[in-house]
Amino acid sequence: MLTEPKEQEALSDELRAKIDLVLESHDNDFTQIVGILLDTQDLFERHYVPQAAAYYIASKLPVPASRIFDCLTFYAELSDKARAKYPIEICSSIACHVNNNEELKETLEKLLGIHVGEVTYDGRFMLLKTTCFGACDRAPAVRINGKVYGNLDSEEKVRDLLESLN
Amino acid sequence: MGTELHFISANFGKYDTSSIGSYMSIGGFEALRKAVTMDGEDIAKIVAAAKIKGRGGAGYDMGRKWTQARAVKGEHKVVICNADEGEPCTFKDRELIKQDPFNLIEALIIAGWVVGATDAYIYMRAEYACLRQLLLNAIRQAKSYGFLGKNILGKGFDFDIHLYSGAGAYVCGEGTALIRSIEGKAGRPRMKPPFIKVSGLFARPTCVNNVESLSIVPHLLLDQEGVYMHAGTPDSIGTKMVSVAGNVRNPGVFEIPFGTTVRDIVYNLAGGVPEDRQIRLIQFGGASGYIADASILDVPYTYDDLEKAGVNVGTGALLVIDERTSVLDFLTITQDFFSDESCGQCTPCREGNRHMRMLIEKLRRGEADTSDIEKMKKITRIMPMSSLCGLGEGAQHAMIAAMRVFPEVFDVGGAANE
Ligand SMILES: Cc1cc2nc3c(=O)[nH]c(=O)nc-3n(C[C@H](O)[C@H](O)[C@H](O)COP(=O)(O)O)c2cc1C
Ligand code: SF4
Ligand code: FES
Repeated sequence: MLTEPKEQEALSDELRAKIDLVLESHDNDFTQIVGILLDTQDLFERHYVPQAAAYYIASKLPVPASRIFDCLTFYAELSDKARAKYPIEICSSIACHVNNNEELKETLEKLLGIHVGEVTYDGRFMLLKTTCFGACDRAPAVRINGKVYGNLDSEEKVRDLLESLN
Repeated sequence: MGTELHFISANFGKYDTSSIGSYMSIGGFEALRKAVTMDGEDIAKIVAAAKIKGRGGAGYDMGRKWTQARAVKGEHKVVICNADEGEPCTFKDRELIKQDPFNLIEALIIAGWVVGATDAYIYMRAEYACLRQLLLNAIRQAKSYGFLGKNILGKGFDFDIHLYSGAGAYVCGEGTALIRSIEGKAGRPRMKPPFIKVSGLFARPTCVNNVESLSIVPHLLLDQEGVYMHAGTPDSIGTKMVSVAGNVRNPGVFEIPFGTTVRDIVYNLAGGVPEDRQIRLIQFGGASGYIADASILDVPYTYDDLEKAGVNVGTGALLVIDERTSVLDFLTITQDFFSDESCGQCTPCREGNRHMRMLIEKLRRGEADTSDIEKMKKITRIMPMSSLCGLGEGAQHAMIAAMRVFPEVFDVGGAANE
């Protein structure tokens, strides 16, 4: 198995143990790689799978590291780059579009002082665009770490949402 | 006012979804008990007699699919429940899982019995992660009650269910992509043949069904009075789960008997358009569906009638868009969706989507001429013919319909800006 010793060293024992638990919860089954990577990225404050973690997982499962990187770049929910503690994914699909997601985006940009694609200076928030996540009956909606927040049709609601995250 | 008929959704709100005991107290697993006393072929025939068409979008005859799956020779057959539900504006499977997880589990065991499978895989989109524990719990409890595992109900039937997660890729709803994703790979579709039913997951014979398609079966098997068979119309029997969103007062999931008019769905169930604005268009079946203008309101919602009116049932989604959004604005968003979600593996889809997007933009700016419109028409012909998978085939359905329903939008003689 391809591993990169230098990168491996960057992982603390504590994180290795946590990744081991994730692997165990998926029965160390390599076909569950997508689920494993989803759970792994939640172990990192900025919700991504660092190279060191990817190589560590590759060393534990019968899959080459290249397969893991292929998955990390293929699936929109997975990231190989640091995001933020709260990556805010704004739905840009049609039901949200016709329910004023543009205004929602502008409100978020204004309140956070960043544009879509950027991270706040403290690494807490990031704004991203995404396609429909099946909350069209609560449009316009955002998703933050897997949780959906819908009907965000006023600045007040957006403000309340941001304040509820800490 | 409403025209709902709760058949597939009969259990919604009737039991505690975290408790198998609660499910059994309302008759849960009676359908499975009945099923294992029957020959699988007879169950497939009941499904065929109800003329159930796949509810995942493609509309393939479900009874026929089960009969074919039974006939395939091979060890370790597999059934897959497609819970990827990636079509924008489609969220009925979400409600079926959330409000009635045990029925889905029961349906999958029946499917396994019918086709002679040893394992089932549920592939659920990551977006529904909050439903993961609910399903895992249902599977665990079914196992401890002996409805899963070895020698189920003493019939020598061994069967297990595994739950897999997607990770935000619409294309993974396509059968071969879904299978690759469960195999632990990136979900890029592959060329067929070999067909899934012969060589699918882990090269085993595989039968893929949508959440809603499966969810009908337990109810149908116990339907002594023939409620389902008497609902709907002779060709579109029974009921359909529809999800309505966009510019409506009361977006949501409703179960309607086939034959309900589109007007009834949009105005009575979904509450109509806010501030009584005019309807610009309605899209049926998600982003890969066709569109119609308000003249569709009095058409009965059946497979035949919708088709005659130029649209399809598809997934059962209805997206209502009012007059504030222009046709070109709608097409831009739709096109962006396919450009984002194309896996980029084959040229017609990767480049076709990109070029269509640029041409729409040109048309919006009022700079398109007749040769651009010709190019657009050409793309709508070439993509369905030459794309590798259904994503590229369906990506221009909205455009094809728009050219037919709103010809003035493409009349570059002067009406480029509606
Ligand atoms: C790009 C693409 C995405 C699809 N997404 C889904 C989906 O999310 N859920 C689904 O059930 N079927 C989806 N389908 C259809 C499936 O390939 C398949 O036809 C269906 O799951 C079969 O089940 P059914 O016959 O019960 O509908 C998709 C097809 C394509 C081409
Ligand atoms: S049609 Fe599109 S999504 Fe399908 S394989 Fe080709 S590029 Fe990928
Ligand atoms: S369109 Fe935004 S969640 Fe579906």
